[in-house]
Amino acid sequence: MKLTNLLRIAWRAINRNKMRTFLTMLGIIIGVAAVIAMTAIGEGSKQSIQSQISGMGSNMIVIRPSSNVTAGARLDNTTVQSLTEPDVTALQKDAQFLNGVSGSVSTRGQAINGSNNWTTNMQGVAPDYLQIRVWPLTDGVAFTDQDMNTANKVCLVGQTVINNLFPNGEYALGKTIRFKNIPFKIIGVLIAKGENTFGQDQDDVILTPVTTVMKRLLATTYYQTIFASAIDENSTDKASDEIENILRTSHKLQKGTDDDFTVRTQAELISSLSSTSQILTILLTVIAGISLLVGGIGIMNIMYVSVTERTKEIGLRMSIGARGIDILLQFLIEAVLISVTGGIIGVALGITATKLVTMFIHWPTLVTQFSVVISFLVCFVTGVFFGYYPALKASRLDPIEALHYE
Amino acid sequence: MSSVIVDIKNLKREFRMGVETVKALNDVSFAINAGEFVTIMGSSGSGKTTMLNILGCLDKPTDGQYMLDGINIGQMAKNELAKLRNQKLGFVFQSYNLLARTTAVENVELPLLYNNKFSAKQRREKAIKALEAVKLSDRINHLPNQLSGGQQQRVAIARALVNDPVMILADEATGNLDSRTSYEIMMLMQELNNDHGKTIVFVTHEPDIALFSKRTITLKDGKLLKDYINTNVQSARQMLESLPAISEILTPAS
Repeated sequence: MKLTNLLRIAWRAINRNKMRTFLTMLGIIIGVAAVIAMTAIGEGSKQSIQSQISGMGSNMIVIRPSSNVTAGARLDNTTVQSLTEPDVTALQKDAQFLNGVSGSVSTRGQAINGSNNWTTNMQGVAPDYLQIRVWPLTDGVAFTDQDMNTANKVCLVGQTVINNLFPNGEYALGKTIRFKNIPFKIIGVLIAKGENTFGQDQDDVILTPVTTVMKRLLATTYYQTIFASAIDENSTDKASDEIENILRTSHKLQKGTDDDFTVRTQAELISSLSSTSQILTILLTVIAGISLLVGGIGIMNIMYVSVTERTKEIGLRMSIGARGIDILLQFLIEAVLISVTGGIIGVALGITATKLVTMFIHWPTLVTQFSVVISFLVCFVTGVFFGYYPALKASRLDPIEALHYE
Repeated sequence: MSSVIVDIKNLKREFRMGVETVKALNDVSFAINAGEFVTIMGSSGSGKTTMLNILGCLDKPTDGQYMLDGINIGQMAKNELAKLRNQKLGFVFQSYNLLARTTAVENVELPLLYNNKFSAKQRREKAIKALEAVKLSDRINHLPNQLSGGQQQRVAIARALVNDPVMILADEATGNLDSRTSYEIMMLMQELNNDHGKTIVFVTHEPDIALFSKRTITLKDGKLLKDYINTNVQSARQMLESLPAISEILTPAS
């Protein structure tokens, strides 16, 4: 028998009992809508965390000194000084999975412009830093290697600093501000980044060549941090291993001794932060899945009722030439048609609910193709699974008995 | 010489009821030629329902031979029997068995849905033609509950005709109808038999229905009791005309 004919027969049967069909579908509709909405909310929050972290530069790798046993005394992380310029040079020279390395030191102090002052962070970095953090300028130019070599007193300022030192909206570029009594010329303005995931204002910063801070402000030869960026997001793990090898060689660490530094990638941060929302997503999906199961049982129940109620019809169909397989397929297709139609309505309802959530509660949401495809697949499987036994029962009826069933 | 549609030889059908074996049909033989109008008579328990089920390829004989249009039924698988019912037979039941909430023409199309040979357009054409043959061309889009009992039975007859069967099998087809409507149905059957040459086998327990057929086979206790040619076939049309018109019944005598 042709599939189109089977579809036609099933469609007619469904149409004959519109209300009942709709009520049967309702279980599936609610189940699917719940799955779509729940995963959309879960995905949305995950995505928003990820995008915030990516905003800091998703390929970014942060290297910090870490406690090492020196003469039997374990030192505090902040006092450990192990990262030096040769480390940066070694990384720049030998690392294959890195495309930017920048040593960094920072110091807190008061910045003054005329009668305005503002206590802020001055961070000394290399020119690569802007690329590592994915941080463009709105105005001016970045400092260069030349500025690095001469420990030039130039700086790039963040928006918060601009707002506080130039409260009346004066043109900051080219002006000279003083930080800890040293004059710095503003050669560029950083684009506003806003708060990071932890609520810190990323724009409250003045960037200057790292050599300037080290030589003129802190008189140190050690970096507090080295920032690097992997060539792409997938190679952050390889890059992290590579950094470890290069730094161990550069620090002449023996086999068996601990690293005197730590390497953190953004990927680790992302995964630890998203795992919470991941658990939430799984929980919500399980609950939604249960409602789908209940919907499926509803279909099975109605199909059983339908088969019993239509025993005579089955007898008639068999007497005019329907084979067992035709009857089986008829009821199976009916069940699948109910579940898949329910699925379509459910997806539409779920997407609508998602939009409403975003509109009224302002939660970030994201309807993934994956959740839609999975919902359809589950609906199809539900229809086949819960429709099969009633359909099998129908197909095995004896035509003579079925015809005389009252 | 007309071709043989049904050829039954030494047919037996036994049912196991626990330890007992019931012989519903015991050594029955007869043949039906194309163009015949046969009634199968018998009281309840005579085996006529079993005979109908076997003739209709819904059941298989325990022993003996049944050839339908030259095909031996005894060796056929379930699905082959279904195909045979679909292409060689037309059923008319006592309780019409129309699909509820389905239009007349869709009901008539039903057997063709199980035959891949026909397109949707051909199905519709053949169904409309069959409805014309039972004089219901003005009711094609009516639902069964919008039709009278006689009209519903005519839709059922159209459904039995639509696949051009070699034989129409009617099971107490007038059992649910009053005598006037019964005569109308029998008139239609006689027309199909005389004018269109359809072979009809009509199972009934009402002796007056047998008067309209050309031949009557009577079964008793699973055996063939009588098989005779009716030389004096009644015309259902004449019977219908001899009935007092409804207007006569309703008009009060003055």
